[in-house]
Amino acid sequence: MPAPAPLVEMRDIEKHFGSVIALSGVSVTVNAGEVHCLLGDNGAGKSTFIKTMAGVHKPTSGQMLIDGKPVHFSGPRAALDAGIATVYQDLAMIPLMSVTRNFFMGREPVKGIWPFRYVDFDFCDRITREEMKRIGIDVRDPGQAVGTLSGGERQCVAISRAVYFGAKVLILDEPTSALGVRQTSMVLKYIDMVRKKGLGVVFITHNVRHAIAVGNRFTVLNRGKTLGTAARGEISAEELQTMMAGGKELAELSSELGGTV
Amino acid sequence: MSQQDAAGPSQVPSEVPGHVRDERLKEASFILRMMRRPELGAVMGLVIVTVFFIMVANATMFEFSGIMNFLAPAAQLGILAIGASLLMVGGEFDLSVGSMVAFTGLIFAACVVTMGLPLPFAIAITLAFAAAMGLLNGQIVIHTGLPSFIVTLAFLFILRGLSLVGLKWATGGSTQLRGVREAATESPLDAFFYEIFAGDAFEGLFAWLAANDLIAKFPNGQPKVTGIPIEIIWFALIAILAAWVLTRTRYGNWIFASGGDQEAARNSGVPVRRVKTSLFMITACCAALVAILTVLDSGSTDARRGFQKEFEAIIAAVIGGCLLTGGYGSAVGAAIGAVIFGMVLIGLTYTTIDQDWYLVFLGAMLLMAVFFNNIIRKRVTGER
Repeated sequence: MPAPAPLVEMRDIEKHFGSVIALSGVSVTVNAGEVHCLLGDNGAGKSTFIKTMAGVHKPTSGQMLIDGKPVHFSGPRAALDAGIATVYQDLAMIPLMSVTRNFFMGREPVKGIWPFRYVDFDFCDRITREEMKRIGIDVRDPGQAVGTLSGGERQCVAISRAVYFGAKVLILDEPTSALGVRQTSMVLKYIDMVRKKGLGVVFITHNVRHAIAVGNRFTVLNRGKTLGTAARGEISAEELQTMMAGGKELAELSSELGGTV
Repeated sequence: MSQQDAAGPSQVPSEVPGHVRDERLKEASFILRMMRRPELGAVMGLVIVTVFFIMVANATMFEFSGIMNFLAPAAQLGILAIGASLLMVGGEFDLSVGSMVAFTGLIFAACVVTMGLPLPFAIAITLAFAAAMGLLNGQIVIHTGLPSFIVTLAFLFILRGLSLVGLKWATGGSTQLRGVREAATESPLDAFFYEIFAGDAFEGLFAWLAANDLIAKFPNGQPKVTGIPIEIIWFALIAILAAWVLTRTRYGNWIFASGGDQEAARNSGVPVRRVKTSLFMITACCAALVAILTVLDSGSTDARRGFQKEFEAIIAAVIGGCLLTGGYGSAVGAAIGAVIFGMVLIGLTYTTIDQDWYLVFLGAMLLMAVFFNNIIRKRVTGER
């Protein structure tokens, strides 16, 4: 059986901001039904990379393929339409707005004839409540403000929103970095659930333990470059940790990773 | 991929059998629901002010004619305040609306009197001009990234100055332009549009009511109130429309989102720039409408039209529950805020209280409203 084309393939992505080289040749593939962890210390280029993937930045050079076909995104909307949804660190959630309004923000289902089109809020409320129930969040009232939810709950709402709207690839930007232990396990459990649905997940973190908990493959970024990609079981948490810190010689790491550098 | 489709919209309703209403819904109590409404403060304010005047003022204030007396100025302010509230929910300010009233009043009067254009054309040109100015305001704010407070403060002065200069130019030295009413009622077409933008509505109904002794009338048979001042009708229609747009439509959700967090909104696919620009245009058009209504009503325009109205409009919006930081508020609240204003402004003349207390009231009300709004917001959103 021929291996299906990866959902997303990023080839030798470079991104320059003026004289600053944020990315100098990063390659990553994301397959269906896997969690691909992107690790790296602060300033390694993780954020720039995922923003390129999400259509926020245009790569200076390099290729991006979706289902094996080259694409160029004109903006975040284009990426979204291609099935790449991003859950940003700052959540893309608006605390003052209700859970429902946040859930459907930018994609409100409308009813009626123009110019009397209105948002079908009954439908929105029902879907929101059902989706929240499915991931085990007790939303007493979908009309309550997102600000009343915990950090973990907000992450889960953001993820379930992306899934509901048909994302094929989910980019999660440090979803667990600001969370407590219980909140983190809630989010990790949900990430695993999403993976089992057959989505490709790009999980950005600098917490190795969180990565090991759900990841199938691990890519380490350092100073705008890929240090290497390893599959689950090929690499230990300690090795990943050392690599992120950039404390060992590249050659030595290369052998440990089975020559994938 | 079929598994992932399972999360799609199509199959969801079938998964939860039977009744979908969540039994936990009850936990959000009636009081909390009411507290969550941004208009709460305004409604409370209206009740307090009404009770106060019922106790203090001459009883004629709450007769029909008295109510029309304070609703008319409330309506003019209200139209501005509704525009201001939408813009504030969208996260921006417009300090130029007062000057915009003067400036568009000049444009309108010049079209009608100086250029002798038919009324509908003059109205269309005035609104188009206001929209263009709003577009300019919006584009400057968006492209420079400057706070709208500063940009529109600049236009507060620019437009006021242009109104003075333009009036002198149009009249040959005066800062007042007269003769609008005469010029605006020349043809039957003009007269038809004049009815929509000036005078009273439902005059026939009121005459009939008076003839049948259903409302108060003068000895000569004329009703004491000949109709509802047209600006009140405009005010009510705009309030209903704005409330519907803000709370029920997609554009309304985008307004909340743009004001709540524009980055988050943009990441979710909301066209933040378009939303904000259109809001500046709407606010300016509200100012132009007020200009048209007041110029036709008085038959003249002058450079002091709309003086300090931008502040009153913003205060009314804040009393109506708009947060200064954006993302939260209500058009209905702003409308109620404007009614409170009109009530106090006119109501004081029905009492023995010195009318200049109005300004004291204005400031105190603003302070209380901001204070109240902040408390409510923290309660409702669980902010700590």
